Amino acid sequence: MSTILVYVEHKDGAPKRASLEALGAARSVSDNVVAVLFGEGAREAAAGAAGAAKAVVLSGDTLSPDAIAKAVAEVAGENGASAFFASATSSGRDLAPRIAALLDSTLLSDCVAVTVEGDGIVLQRPWLAGKLLANLKSNAQVVCATLRRNVFAASDQAGPGEIVDGPALGEGLAKRTALDAKEGGPMDVSEAPVVVAGGRGMGSAEGFGILEELAAAFGNAAVGASRAVVDAGWRPHSEQVGQTGKTVSPQLYIAAGISGAIQHLAGMKTSKVIVAINKDAEAPIFKVADYGIVGDAFEVVPALTEEVKRIRAL
Amino acid sequence: MNIVALMKRVPTTDLVAQVSADGKHLDASGVQYMVSFYDEIAVEEAVKTREKLGGEVTVITLGPAGAQKEMRECLAKGADKGITLVDENWADRDALSTAKALKEKVAELGANVVFCGRLATDRDNASVGPMLATLLGWACVTDVVELDLSENGGTAKREADDGIETFSFSLPAVITCQKDLNEPRYAGLKGIMAAKKKPLDETPAPEGSNQVEVVSLELPPARKEGRIVGEGAAAVPALIEALQNEAQVL
Ligand SMILES: Cc1cc2nc3c(=O)[nH]c(=O)nc-3n(C[C@H](O)[C@H](O)[C@H](O)COP(=O)(O)OP(=O)(O)OC[C@H]3O[C@@H](n4cnc5c(N)ncnc54)[C@H](O)[C@@H]3O)c2cc1C
Ligand SMILES: Nc1ncnc2c1ncn2[C@@H]1O[C@H](COP(=O)(O)O)[C@@H](O)[C@H]1O
Repeated sequence: MSTILVYVEHKDGAPKRASLEALGAARSVSDNVVAVLFGEGAREAAAGAAGAAKAVVLSGDTLSPDAIAKAVAEVAGENGASAFFASATSSGRDLAPRIAALLDSTLLSDCVAVTVEGDGIVLQRPWLAGKLLANLKSNAQVVCATLRRNVFAASDQAGPGEIVDGPALGEGLAKRTALDAKEGGPMDVSEAPVVVAGGRGMGSAEGFGILEELAAAFGNAAVGASRAVVDAGWRPHSEQVGQTGKTVSPQLYIAAGISGAIQHLAGMKTSKVIVAINKDAEAPIFKVADYGIVGDAFEVVPALTEEVKRIRAL
Repeated sequence: MNIVALMKRVPTTDLVAQVSADGKHLDASGVQYMVSFYDEIAVEEAVKTREKLGGEVTVITLGPAGAQKEMRECLAKGADKGITLVDENWADRDALSTAKALKEKVAELGANVVFCGRLATDRDNASVGPMLATLLGWACVTDVVELDLSENGGTAKREADDGIETFSFSLPAVITCQKDLNEPRYAGLKGIMAAKKKPLDETPAPEGSNQVEVVSLELPPARKEGRIVGEGAAAVPALIEALQNEAQVL
């Protein structure tokens, strides 16, 4: 595989973990990885673009995704890239299709495996929210893909030997005028190593209090919700897990008062370990759970919280 | 205002997917179809925009001939007319090729704004909207949860990983719709009756070349059989034991 261009996002002067994973995936199939970065702190972060032979820093700054896409596409052309990877973050998902279109190439979204086959690569990605896995080849000029987070090993190789200035960012059509940053707040459900999710069985918005306590006891957990709960207004849509919510793959997924409808399972079935707490022994969630407790969430969850607290205090 | 909503016909979300005998397609037997979830939100936003700013809502789908159930549904919810770009290979068409075909029609109609879903719930590409905007040279805001549109432009809030981003843009523009944007209305009998009289146009989709080759399709690995560790709060120690020693996640 020849040159792969990787879009690297950064924060506080270092590449984000998701981007290190994209670099790792690119490096696993190519010896010539080029990183592209932009924005405040990009030059500092470029040095940390592990696995890249070279980093290109777009000059200037812009708050316009279409302008960023244009400059990145230009970098792809200048470097003769035969592939372009970005992590499937909100920024990657937004920019990658624009970049792909500028390169007259289609995009393979949210890929979960990248392998070399002959002189090309095969990308694996879920279809139908993971009900099928498709192994695909792209014969586009530039093979464009976004890569799912928490799937690929982050690159731990040396940073780029060369950091160069790229094209200047122009004026764009749509401009970001504000960012209401989530201030440190709770972890995002799609990133947390532990997800404590609740369904209609939690009874009310207040019923989620015991799940928040369990999440707090873990320390590295986020609260998730079924669609029934989001539709009822008990929890925000940003916490919804499933086909029309988020796909999550935590180390541990605890489902309390969730029946396990196929649309919910689509969003959490790839979790490493699944625990189900449900008072109905016939609930379909038990079919995918590694460990199940049949019982009332209002009795089981607080007892579990106490145990987790005890262990974490050791 | 000349408003377009894009709509894709996709398998219903309760589908239990199987692979066809050739190992490369979704087994179509028994598959039922629906309007892709986020396209219902796109159609609703298009109708709301017409209610606020006046004009006409055209729904465009690239899909099979005669599949008008989903289109009628959109018309029943208030869209004014429907156009099907007929392509029997619609489901397998890649995102860029789909966007190119839609681009021609959108340009021909002289649309000011296009609403589409943030992703279609079959291939989950999340690509067609931003690709279409790029091909047209239009502004695009993706994953929009709040929109304030006027004759010439507007502002849109987008759900990003690290917070809510606000964008300002001028028209023409493509907006990809996220769930929180609105609550799609029910059609009602009156809407369903009215839809029967609304114009439905079918024309062949422009030819396109697919850049994606399916090597194989597989079902995700089945989860290994789990077990019930017990009942009620009394089962918690057994669960903890399993999580610590067996699964080693605690
Ligand atoms: C187009 C479409 C898209 C969808 N997308 C999604 C999606 O993204 N995510 C999603 O989750 N759903 C989605 N759904 C909805 C899905 O089909 C189910 O309706 C939903 O998941 C049910 O939520 P639930 O399990 O919380 O509620 P229910 O199915 O009502 O289950 C509640 C469960 O709680 C148990 N219970 C009750 N009380 C207690 C108690 N005290 N202690 C323990 N257990 C208790 C019950 O036994 C039951 O199993 C979608 C549906 C459609 C049609
Ligand atoms: N065949 C199609 N016909 C009409 N609109 C489509 C088609 N494919 C995709 N779209 C639109 O683009 C959105 C995103 O689709 P996708 O990029 O395939 O996930 C969908 O929600 C639709 O609004």
